[in-house]
Order: sequence, then structure tokens, then C-alpha cells
Amino acid sequence: MTAHILIRSLDRGATLFLIIIAAIAVGVPVLNLMVPETSAFHVPTYLVSLFGKYACYALLALAIDLIWGFCGILSLGHGAFFALGGYAMGMYLMRQIGTRGVYANPILPDFMVFLNWKQLPVYWYGFQYFPYAALMVVLVPGVLAFVFGWFAFRSRVTGVYLSIITQALTFALMLGFFRNNFGFGGNNGLTDFKDILGFNVQAETTRAALFAVSCLAIMLGFMLCRAIVTSKFGKVLIAIRDAEARTRFLGYRVESYKLVVFTISACMAGVAGALYVPQVGIINPSEFAPGNSIEAVIWVAVGGRGTLTGAVIGAVLVNYAKTFFTTGALAPYWLFMLGALFIAVTLLLPRGVVGTMRHWTALRRDRASAAAEDGVVEPLPAE
Amino acid sequence: MRLSRACLVALLLGLGLALCCATAHAASLSEALAHFTADDFSETSTGINEVAASGDPRAETILRALQDGALMYSAENKAVYIKDESDKLTDAATGQPLAGDAPADLDTVRINNRLRAAIEAALGGLTLLARDPDARFEAAQAVFKSRDVRALPTLDTAIAKEQDPRVKRALIEARAAAVLFSDSAKDEDKLAAVEVVRQRADQESLALLSSLPAGTSAPVLKAAAAAIAAINNRLALWNTVQNAWYGVSLGSVLLLAAIGLAITFGVMGVINMAHGEMVMLGAYVTFVVQETIRTRNPALFDYSLAIAIPLAFLVAGFVGILIERGIIRFLYGRPLETLLATWGLSLILQQAVRTTFGPNNREVGNPSWMSGAFDVGGITITYNRLWIICFALAVFVALLALLRFTRFGLEMRAVTQNRAMAASMGIRTSRVDALTFGLGSGIAGMAGVALSQIDNVSPNLGQGYIIDSFMVVVFGGVGNLWGTLVGSFVLGEANKFLEPFAGAVLGKIAILVLIILFIQKRPRGMFALKGRAVEA
Amino acid sequence: MEALTTALLYLDGVTVSFDGFKALNNLSFAIEHGEMRAIIGPNGAGKTTMMDVVTGKTRPDLGEVMFDGLYNLTRLDEAEIAELGIGRKFQKPTVFESHTVYDNLELALKSDRRARAALWWRETADERRRIEQLLEIVRLTAVRHRLAASLSHGQRQWLEIGMLLAQEPKLLLVDEPVAGMTDAETRQTAELLKEINRDRTVIVVEHDMAFVRDLDVKVTCLHEGSVLAEGTIDQVSSNERVVEVYLGR
Repeated sequence: MTAHILIRSLDRGATLFLIIIAAIAVGVPVLNLMVPETSAFHVPTYLVSLFGKYACYALLALAIDLIWGFCGILSLGHGAFFALGGYAMGMYLMRQIGTRGVYANPILPDFMVFLNWKQLPVYWYGFQYFPYAALMVVLVPGVLAFVFGWFAFRSRVTGVYLSIITQALTFALMLGFFRNNFGFGGNNGLTDFKDILGFNVQAETTRAALFAVSCLAIMLGFMLCRAIVTSKFGKVLIAIRDAEARTRFLGYRVESYKLVVFTISACMAGVAGALYVPQVGIINPSEFAPGNSIEAVIWVAVGGRGTLTGAVIGAVLVNYAKTFFTTGALAPYWLFMLGALFIAVTLLLPRGVVGTMRHWTALRRDRASAAAEDGVVEPLPAE
Repeated sequence: MRLSRACLVALLLGLGLALCCATAHAASLSEALAHFTADDFSETSTGINEVAASGDPRAETILRALQDGALMYSAENKAVYIKDESDKLTDAATGQPLAGDAPADLDTVRINNRLRAAIEAALGGLTLLARDPDARFEAAQAVFKSRDVRALPTLDTAIAKEQDPRVKRALIEARAAAVLFSDSAKDEDKLAAVEVVRQRADQESLALLSSLPAGTSAPVLKAAAAAIAAINNRLALWNTVQNAWYGVSLGSVLLLAAIGLAITFGVMGVINMAHGEMVMLGAYVTFVVQETIRTRNPALFDYSLAIAIPLAFLVAGFVGILIERGIIRFLYGRPLETLLATWGLSLILQQAVRTTFGPNNREVGNPSWMSGAFDVGGITITYNRLWIICFALAVFVALLALLRFTRFGLEMRAVTQNRAMAASMGIRTSRVDALTFGLGSGIAGMAGVALSQIDNVSPNLGQGYIIDSFMVVVFGGVGNLWGTLVGSFVLGEANKFLEPFAGAVLGKIAILVLIILFIQKRPRGMFALKGRAVEA
Repeated sequence: MEALTTALLYLDGVTVSFDGFKALNNLSFAIEHGEMRAIIGPNGAGKTTMMDVVTGKTRPDLGEVMFDGLYNLTRLDEAEIAELGIGRKFQKPTVFESHTVYDNLELALKSDRRARAALWWRETADERRRIEQLLEIVRLTAVRHRLAASLSHGQRQWLEIGMLLAQEPKLLLVDEPVAGMTDAETRQTAELLKEINRDRTVIVVEHDMAFVRDLDVKVTCLHEGSVLAEGTIDQVSSNERVVEVYLGR
């Protein structure tokens, strides 16, 4: 069964992509740890963490592309699932601090001692164990997505209405997590992590390992997405994207399909968030900001929605540009650039980078085969 | 000076009353002053009371001097003097400057804290009979708060001759307060007093009834408890009304912010994420107008809004038309892309304003006719919010008229309901689109002017209202202005009523959840358009 | 459960109004098993609305629609009705443009429609055979790997009929199948529908009188939301009222 799925879902382009990612996953840590610092090929540690951050964003972009590019669900609140996964990991890391915190309380994190809390709240129980935290990373965003989706899709909320509601969802969560008495660190969030699974979070080897794991996560996520979109399920998703009513008339329960793919996407986003937190060292409520989620969507748009590889490439490109601009003299112009990027991509490059490339190759192929068939050039395939 | 004339009138009346009033005991001023020469606190206390009750016009001056530590006495001469800032002495009783040198044993009449309170009360009692009704009113309020039993005789006097009903009411309440704290008053009087205080029904009445002195009898305490419950109910009712008022105010703000969005969404199916920035532009226009007025012609400040409103409409409207022609037009039929493109635009606009005006809040002031507040029953109504409600409704009515009675309104409605058909009728849909977008943005600009009066003006102003505007549009339905009206006021009220229970944040979350649930029943909002052409 | 009627489709007093305008006005008629019926009528007579009601897109204000004597269609939604065995071909061909001809048929093929099933689905030989058969019937074998978007209008109509057949419905609702077709294509379509009618019940809504004559079946004429006349094409076209309202000279 699995072999059949793998064969079906990995075409030449996909395999190439996986090989490249695997190479990066191994290459960067090697260049960081094994190559001496004086060499030109050495990758400094801060870059490893930066690349790790990009990798997590790439995974988030994959999650968004899955539902947007293939099912037409534009979620403007996916940052919420990313952040929830991040908080779950953050809670685990906080519990690991133990007595090494400022207030040296073995059970309570510093911010709780500061708020004069005597006991650990119930919802923090269990987070000292990694397996439990790992489960929560996937479960919490998944359950939220399921409940939300159940209400939204069942009442046939689509298009812009749905996008607005997802915005409202992440906004509400942001407001909640900013409150100090919510029990998640308030506006300071969770930070000052010491170690993960026994390894020092700041150590070079840990950082390299986290990077490699993030790349592995991209590979797994990519394979999962490919498996889904090349299956009949994926074909139904595309049918829903292009003609939802027609799909209903064929007898498909559109709500169920949307719900399944939305939940899977949310879980992926949660994992991305969980890998993100130990690499940047902090999680705070501004991750829930509506602006973040919308930015994530533009990564996918730049790369090319509906292409999966485009999502990864777009995420890396845009975030690299952001790093480049915001750390230089051009910092105040970044927002102008970002805004202009939104407008330019939607107006001029609606298929994104990868999408446009594929379109051209498909055009040439179609023209050739159509000319061969009946000597007539067929009209371009519709978008 | 008005006060001394008032004292003179009071003196004449007081003398007149003193003749018929058996209980009032008008000692002469000199007798009263004699108490001050004893250098004894209780004597001084008696002196204070007698000076106050004497009705002599100099009573107030003497008491104030005593309060300031400027009342001197000479035990030998048995005389009392007032020392002024230049250390000159005047005779307390006559006001005549002292002839000759100061006596050798001149000493300050000493007071302690208890005497201070007594002086306060006595002075309060004097103003109960003041000429100015507002001063009398204030004096009555002061006695109500101080509950000073000693003021009773003066109160009785004042009530008997009071003509102004508002002041009389206050005096009666003050008297009731004093009675409740008096040891000598009878229970029937106290019960009557409780009733009076219950009628007053405000926070001070609550405080008073909750702190009756230890010796109060059981029936009076019981009556007081019942009165407290009644007052609490009354206060809760007023609180609800106050919340309802805030809800209406918030609703009017939401209406202004959302109605432009509803129009563009209805006619063009476009969600404009830069709508909040149109509001922000309007607010900044107000700022610029006021700054210009401040530097060029400060006298025009009260007209600043009259200038800002049309200017904001034009500026925001013009920007809106530019956006439509430059961006939106090319994304026709792709609402999700339009959403993204307009979000990018909002980033650009925010950053542009941030670099031009700085990221901090800018000061926008209320013109004089919008400042201040007044009380109605138990609630406070501020003028700025009142004007904004009127303005919002005026804008709404103007829009209704535009849609209903003008050619452009007819074209807008046609395009909303069936674009293809409208185009076949010869309506230039692209022109309608551009003007509609301009109209929606212009109204947002005017909303910004209104918002600048009650909120901070910063580049992030728009972001605060965009989500709420969306909620109003989603909830109220599209294509119908009434939906927006009802939607904004319902959401405004819901927001304000949930706040006391759940706090602002949870209240907002609750509203969002409720909207999601509501959408289940009516996926296109409350006042959705029906029919086949709309499904597209 | 006992069948209420022997008819396959039974409409009883169906009324639908949109904001005061009565699209269907006390509409009643019955279709027997294995029948092919042509429904004609001027624009606005309620033909498409009638189909919307039967397929679950629109809920009527009054009246009942019984399928196979057992199921009240007014209580079910589109997917449920499709699963019962009612298929619809739309006025405008709505095939899935981004999918190939083959994939379009695959999606339409009668199968387990649940999400779980679709995730693990793997094409069986039987299914492949059925799709090949369908491709033959609708004469699209040569273009099976082309994107549906690149088909001609006539080809798209046939693809949609193919998709309809793939669902193996008991009842087909076909809405203006020959709109925009050439004469040759129209004749071919009539043949196709007669072939289909051998195993299934078909309701055809059409304007093209030559096509209806070609079909040679019972005709129902609708007007302003209710039945105006019923009978053979000759009976109906000589009916005075029908002439007045619809056919003209």
C-alpha cells in the first residue's frame, strides 16, 4: 500500500526536491560543526538558527498551500495553529527549566511566581513529559481546527467570509494570550529556555540538530501533502476548489473533505510552530497577530500556490528578503516593500514563481501534443 | 463683596427669626467672643457655636481667622483681635483697627482637629443661608456628606425660608442626614429621614445608610437595610441604562466605520483590507486641519471639524478612486486576491503615514461645543459621543437618500443585484465601481474625523476597527444598508453588555464565537439578498 | 417502508417563491420508471427551478417531491440526493476544468464518496473498464488525457453526460443538452439519450423543437410555474393555449 502511494505521489520534480532538502539538512550542520571557523565554507551558528527558522516557516507555508492551493480555502489565521503548537512546545521547555529560573521554583515558571500563583494550573499538567507535549503540539491546533471547521464548513461559509472569520479567530486568540491571567506568560510570553530533551538549547550541536529535524519535517510534510494531492482525495479537493456546487451534485460531502484537509493542515502548522520555538528561544502572543498569518499567505503566493515546492521556495525567498532588509539601512522601507510585494504578486504574478514556470512548460507541451493530434492549436488551459 | 451682603441679609432675617423662634439662641457677638479668651478648648468650642449662631455679619470673618490661626486674644483686656498678613490687628467684634500698641499678653487662640471640624461645620452652616442659590446648594451637599448634627438649627431655618425647589430638596436631604446621626432625634423622625435618603438614591445615600451610628434603634436599622436594597436596585437599573448608552455610542462608531465597507462589498464583492487606513487618513486630515488652524488662525478652532469633514471625504474618496483604478480593477472576479492586494496597500499606507507623521499618537482636540457632559437621571452623557451618534445617523440617512433618489444610487443598486444585466442596460459598471469605491472610502474618511474625537490618532488607528467592521458586514448581510445599521448597533450593544460580565477581551471573544454560530443559520448575514443572480 | 406511489418521481403541489415572485406554482406531475419525458416551456416557466428543487438546491415553500415512492427529496441536501441516484446535467457544462477527461469521469464514477475512502482509493481493473466504456459512449476516447478546459463546447456537453452516466443514476435530469450544438451533434445527442434511456429514466428540458421531435417521447409543457399541457409532441403543439403562450406560428 505505502509503496504504491509513494510511487504514485513522487514524480521526478518531487524526488529532486526531496533530495535537495535532504542535502541541505545534512550539509548545513556539517559545514557548521565540522568545518573550521576560518574556512570560507563555514556556516556560522547564528545562520543555522536563522535557516532553521526559515525551515519552520516553509513547513507552515506547505500547510497553507495544501488548503489554499488545492482546496481554495484561504485561511488568514493559520498563524494561530502555528502559535498554538509553539506554545505547547514552549510549555514543555518552561517545565524543563526547573530550579534554574530566576525564582528557582522547581515547579512553577518564573512568571507564575511573579504573579503570586501558588499552584500550577491544571492545563499545565503533563507538559514536563516530552511525549505528552509532542501530542499536544498536534492535538491542540487539530482540535481547534476541527471544531472551527465543523461549524464553518457545515454552514457553507466560503470565500471572503471564511477568510474574515479565520482572521477573527486568530485575533481573538491574540487578545486572550496577551492577558496575564490566562496563564501563558501574558505579553512576555514564554522564554529563557534552558534545555530540550536534556540537551542545552543554546549549544551548537543542538541548534544543528534542530535544523536537521526541521528539514526532515519539511520532507515528511511534503511527502504527506504529495500523497494527499495525488490521491483521489486530492482530485476531489481540486474539484471542490474549482466547482464546489458541482462536486456536491456528484454526491461528495464537501464539508467532510474540507474538514479533513483543514485539520491536517492545522496539525502541520502546529508542528512547524513547535520546531520554531526552541530555535528562536521565545514564544509570545504577537505570533497570533493577524498580520503574521496574512504574511504567511503571501509566501505561498510568491512561490506559487498549488505547487507545494513553490510554497517552500516562496517562504524562504520572502523571509530572506525580510532579514536582508530589516537588518540593514533599508529597514524603514521593509513594510513598503512587503506591501508592494502583495500588490505585485497578485497583479502581475498570480501563479507565483514556480507556478509560472510550470505553466510555461505545460503550455509548450500542450501546444505540441495538440498540434500533433489534430493540427489545431487548442486554447490555453483556464486558470 | 457678595458674601458680606449675604451675611447682612442673613443677619436681618436671623434676627427676625430669632425673635419668634424659641429654640434658636442668638447670643450677642461679644458674649460669644468672650469664650475665646479663656484659652480652653471646650470654651473655644462653645465660642465657635455661639459665633455661628449669632447671625452677626462678622461671624464668618472671625471663624475663618480662627481657622487660619489669625485670631488673637488678650486675657487681660478680655478682647479678641484678628491679625492680618501685615501683622496689623483689628478688633474682632467691631472690625476697627487697634489703636495703640498690641497688648503684651497677645496670644493665638489655639485650635485642635476636633475644633477644626467644628469650624468647618459652622462655616458650612453659615453658607446654608447664603444669597447665591448655588452656594446654598453646595453647602447643603456638604452637610449631607458631613452629617453634622450641629447644623440642624441652621438647616431648619434655611428650609423654612427656602424658595428654590432644588435647593430646598437638598436642604431637606441634608437635614435628614443630620437627623440620622443625631442622638436626640426620635425614631419617627429617623424613619422619616431614612425615607428621604432612600428617595435620593445615589452612592452617598448608600454610604450614609450603611454607616449609621451605633446607638441607632432596630426599626430604624431595618428601614435603612430595606432602603439600601431599594437603592441598589435603582443603581443597577441606571447602570444598565449607562451600558445601553455606551452600546449606542459604540454602535454609531461601528456604523460609520463599517458602512463604507458594506457598500464596496455589496456593489463590487470586494473586501477592502485598506478600509481601516481610509479611516486613519480621515483622522490625520483632522489633525492637519487643526494644526494649520492652531498656527494660522486659532480663532477658527471651533470650525475645525466643519472644515475637516468635507476635506476628509474628498481626500479619502480620491485615494479610494485611485486604489480602484490602479489595483482593484485588475483583480475583478478574484475577491481573495483583492483581499491580499488591499492588505499590502494597507501596509504601505500605514508606513507612509508613520514616516510622515511619526509613529506616536497625535493630538486632536474637541471643539468647545463637543466638550463636557451632562447628567440625565443616573447616567452621564458626554457631548462628543452624542454628536457622533447624530453624525452617524445623518450620514446613514444621507446615504439612504443617495441610494434611493439619485441616478447614481440607482446604478449602484442595479450593479449590486445583477452586474451583467446592469451592464447590458447601458450602465457603465466600471465607472460605478470607481465611484462606489470612492464613496465608501470617503465615508470612511469622515468616520476618521469622528473617531479622532474619541480615540487616539496614530498610524494603527485603522487596525483597531477593521475586524469590528468586518464583523458588522458579515453579521448584517450585504447589499442592504439597514443590515449594516442593525448589525452595528446590535454588535455595539452586545459588546458593552458582555463587558461587565466577561471583561473586554473575553467579551470580544464571545462576540466572535456568537457570530460564527449565527452564520450557521444565516450564512449570508441577517439581511441577505435572495434570488438566483446573487448566488454568484 | 411502503411505497406511496409507483412513479419514480412524483411532484405534488410544489410552490417556490423568490421574494414574492412565484417560480413554481402548485406544480404537480409524475414520471414513471423507465420513461423519458421532455419538458418544454417559455423562459421563466420554472423548468430550471423544478430541477433545483428535485436535486436539493432549492427548498420549496410548499409541496412534496417523492422519489421511488420512498424518499421525500425536500428534506435532503444535494449530496444525499445524488447518492440516492439522481444525476443532473446543467445548462452550462460544468466539468472540472483543471482535471483531465479521464479524471472527470473517475470522480463521477459511482463509488464510496466518503473522505476516508478517497484517501486510500486505488483504481481497480473494473473501474478502469467502466471508464473506458463511458469514454466510448461519449466518443471522447481519443482525448481522455486532455484537460477538460481544452475541449470544445460540444465535447464538454458530452463529457458532462458521460459524468452523469458514471454516477449510474436511476434518474437523469438533463437541462438543455443540445444548446449550442451543431445539427449533426444534436442528432447524435438524441441517439445517445435514447441509448441511455434503455436502462434509466430521463427527464430532458429543451427549447429545440426539432430535437424534442427526434426524441419521440411524452412532452410536458410548463407555464408560469405549473403544468399547462401534457401529451405527445403533436398533441401539445396543437394545444391552443400552448400555441398562444409559447410556440407561436
